[in-house]
Amino acid sequence: MTGEPGFVHQAVLLSLVLFGIGALGVFLRRNVITVLMCIELMLNGANLAFVAFSRAAGTLDGQVLVFFVMVVAAAEAAVGLAIVIALHRHKDTLDVDAFNVMKG
Amino acid sequence: MDQALFYASAALAVVSALVVIGQRNPIYSAFALILTLCSLSVIFGLLGSPFIAALQVIVYAGAIMVLFLFVLMLLNVKSEEDVPGRAGRTLAAIAVVLVAILVGQAGYVLWNLAPVAARSFDASTRKMAEILFSPHFLYVFEATSVLILAALVGAVALAKKDA
Repeated sequence: MTGEPGFVHQAVLLSLVLFGIGALGVFLRRNVITVLMCIELMLNGANLAFVAFSRAAGTLDGQVLVFFVMVVAAAEAAVGLAIVIALHRHKDTLDVDAFNVMKG
Repeated sequence: MDQALFYASAALAVVSALVVIGQRNPIYSAFALILTLCSLSVIFGLLGSPFIAALQVIVYAGAIMVLFLFVLMLLNVKSEEDVPGRAGRTLAAIAVVLVAILVGQAGYVLWNLAPVAARSFDASTRKMAEILFSPHFLYVFEATSVLILAALVGAVALAKKDA
């Protein structure tokens, strides 16, 4: 297996594209839950970069990091969606522009 | 064969990611995101990490996306209806330009990297477990269980009726 190209370059570029699409979605979408999903998309782009570089370096450290990113993403999704439920209860909408109480 | 599978999965991932951000109905966004995660799992497998590929399907496409769909159905979310006004459209254009600059710069750097050959390595579940439970990562690994517990308690406290 040594020396085969192994898609490292393409995978890193793909991770970049996925991160960009996710970032764009965070700016463009108005629904809080869709914004959270776009954050998951960005996390996955980062995960793909970790796996690709782990493949290039020949060590498993990147994969361990991906494991921890997944754990934190699960915790983030649970807390984030609980906050979304609380927000929906207060304002009866999920439009990000409606939540401007802290606006100076 | 691997080549074709890689490019097919990559194309599927990008197209379904575009559907995620292009779709007004969040339910369809969620299903498109599941498709993205599954095609990414194929790519993880092709990059020689079967453990991460399995975790991707079980944890991400399984657990996290079910949570998203559960909340979407619980709150009975409607599609976004109105088109953004003039200010919104200007901000959207600025966002597109900024993200394009970010991707362009990073892509320029990555494109000019010397091509890296993949080293052979063993990323089996056994090897991953040996690393995760080695003294190096053991305490971090155990700390994640505390994090999950804290997230669980926090989620219940936040979503409670009288909170």
